[in-house]
Amino acid sequence: MNLYEALKKDIRYQEGMKACINCGTCTAVCPAAAVSDYDPRQIVDLVQKENEKDLEELLKKDDIWRCGECLSCKTRCPRDNVPCYIIQSLRALSVDSGLFMHSEQGRRQLAIKRTVGDHILEYGYCVYIDEVSNEMYPEQGPIWKWMRENRTDVLNRLGASYKQDKAGALRNTEKQSLIDLKKIFDATGGTARFNKIEEASARYAADHGIEFSSGHDEYFNKTYNGE
Amino acid sequence: MKYQKNENWEKHQKEIADDNYYLARSCIRQNFFPAAEDLFMKILANDLGKNIFDDPRQTTCTGIAYHSGVIPFETTMTVVARQFALMTEAGFENFVCSCVTSFGIYSEVIETWQHFPEKEKQAREILKQTTGMTFEIPKNLAHTSDLIYKFRNEIAAKATYRLLNKQTGEQLKVVDHVGCHYAKIFPEKGVGGAEFPYVLAGMIDAWGGAQVDYPERRHCCGFGFRQYLLKSNRGYSVANSKMKFDSMEPYKPDCIIANCPGCTYFLDRWQYVIAEMEGITYGENGMGIPVLTYEELAGLLLGYDPWDIGLQVHQVAVEPLLDKLGIQYDAVEKYKGINHADLGQPEKPSVLKV
Repeated sequence: MNLYEALKKDIRYQEGMKACINCGTCTAVCPAAAVSDYDPRQIVDLVQKENEKDLEELLKKDDIWRCGECLSCKTRCPRDNVPCYIIQSLRALSVDSGLFMHSEQGRRQLAIKRTVGDHILEYGYCVYIDEVSNEMYPEQGPIWKWMRENRTDVLNRLGASYKQDKAGALRNTEKQSLIDLKKIFDATGGTARFNKIEEASARYAADHGIEFSSGHDEYFNKTYNGE
Repeated sequence: MKYQKNENWEKHQKEIADDNYYLARSCIRQNFFPAAEDLFMKILANDLGKNIFDDPRQTTCTGIAYHSGVIPFETTMTVVARQFALMTEAGFENFVCSCVTSFGIYSEVIETWQHFPEKEKQAREILKQTTGMTFEIPKNLAHTSDLIYKFRNEIAAKATYRLLNKQTGEQLKVVDHVGCHYAKIFPEKGVGGAEFPYVLAGMIDAWGGAQVDYPERRHCCGFGFRQYLLKSNRGYSVANSKMKFDSMEPYKPDCIIANCPGCTYFLDRWQYVIAEMEGITYGENGMGIPVLTYEELAGLLLGYDPWDIGLQVHQVAVEPLLDKLGIQYDAVEKYKGINHADLGQPEKPSVLKV
């Protein structure tokens, strides 16, 4: 696979990469750079040099997974580059090429696929109260614990449509809508990316003696909680 | 106090439709602030006489999954096309979404289709093949906070309360936090642009409060999508929120309002975490700074009962703000269910006072 050939087909790359002058404005405003060694300027500069080997090494690294996609960089770049768009294209290529499995952060995509990704097809939304436990999200605090334990009563009190087949917050997403979503995922590469993440993770788990099945298995817990 | 930058902000205005909206709900808000969207619809329909449609067939826009790298943009574009098709079938032309991530996604998809018409053609073809649906692109795209901004003066005219301390008569100091994807992606699509967004500040001005202009006002709350979604990465999120709290604390804000579902959630919950982990609290007397959505604040000023609009499910207690506003509330009813059913009480945090 010629990586640059594939990268340049991505419209996010086409939009994001103009010509970086290395001013570092993106790094100065970046929330990820504020709390880690992440440096979007370095990444953009490396990518614009178009060295195939350097790109391959980059796609194997944690660095491309540090961005929070806030897009603060888009507003401020004086040359209309969008480091975040470049990151999006690098992430897509890292998964498509299988190189994401070389980095700890890349391997964590499995945990996101099995939470947010799977929730979309099961509930119609990225987040659903039944799946958000205080154990997985301790920062939710005691108010969430109380609300979740009493969710039928609390949500009724607040006028939501939890577990009901009618319009409103947290309603049951109708079956046809979920079928539509699945068909769209199948036809547009969503399902293929899910499968790629699952299959690559299964191989890694087998090679490293980690229990791998589905849901919150040992591999999920390692990627969600940190290896 | 009229803030001096307002004149600059007011140069950057956007068109916001006057009536007849198709509402797209938020993944996050439905869970963590489950009464907020219904309150928004009540204010629009009952207080302002506007027509707004809540479609049971709608779904996520997939924005959180897209920005976490687990689905391709083609998937997101086609799901967005389906949302537009639902709007079209329902007979609407004005699309209003409740999530700032979604607002960024819908804006981005429309913009992408303008620059890459083959992508729009592809989305139309796949949508037709998979669902049989067709769509029109909305004539007007707005975020729910845009609508409250547009009608801020009408709300002020109907309000029972203003953003004044009932005891002292002083203006309440309100921090506005605008979600990154509201205007940082496409500044021209947000009221006031990216550098000086006026969408929330305009509400504060209209409702009698004082804006807080603190150094980290425009900094991200720290959601970071995959950075928060993974427990192993979550330090990114709390560290960025803490940067903001440390920056705003010297100004002693009376409350924070945010227009992004994630931001509202993080600015509320991370105060609890920072208190429990570091022993630091940012409000008065060991409490936190109350964090509200824009329509929750509008609802309070219009006289809605705080426990009817879901303020009891915020981790940071809102009572200090209610007391300052002079709003009467029944403390006993705070954690009751329908017909005063006893649902017990949440545990008290060990540090943060509630």
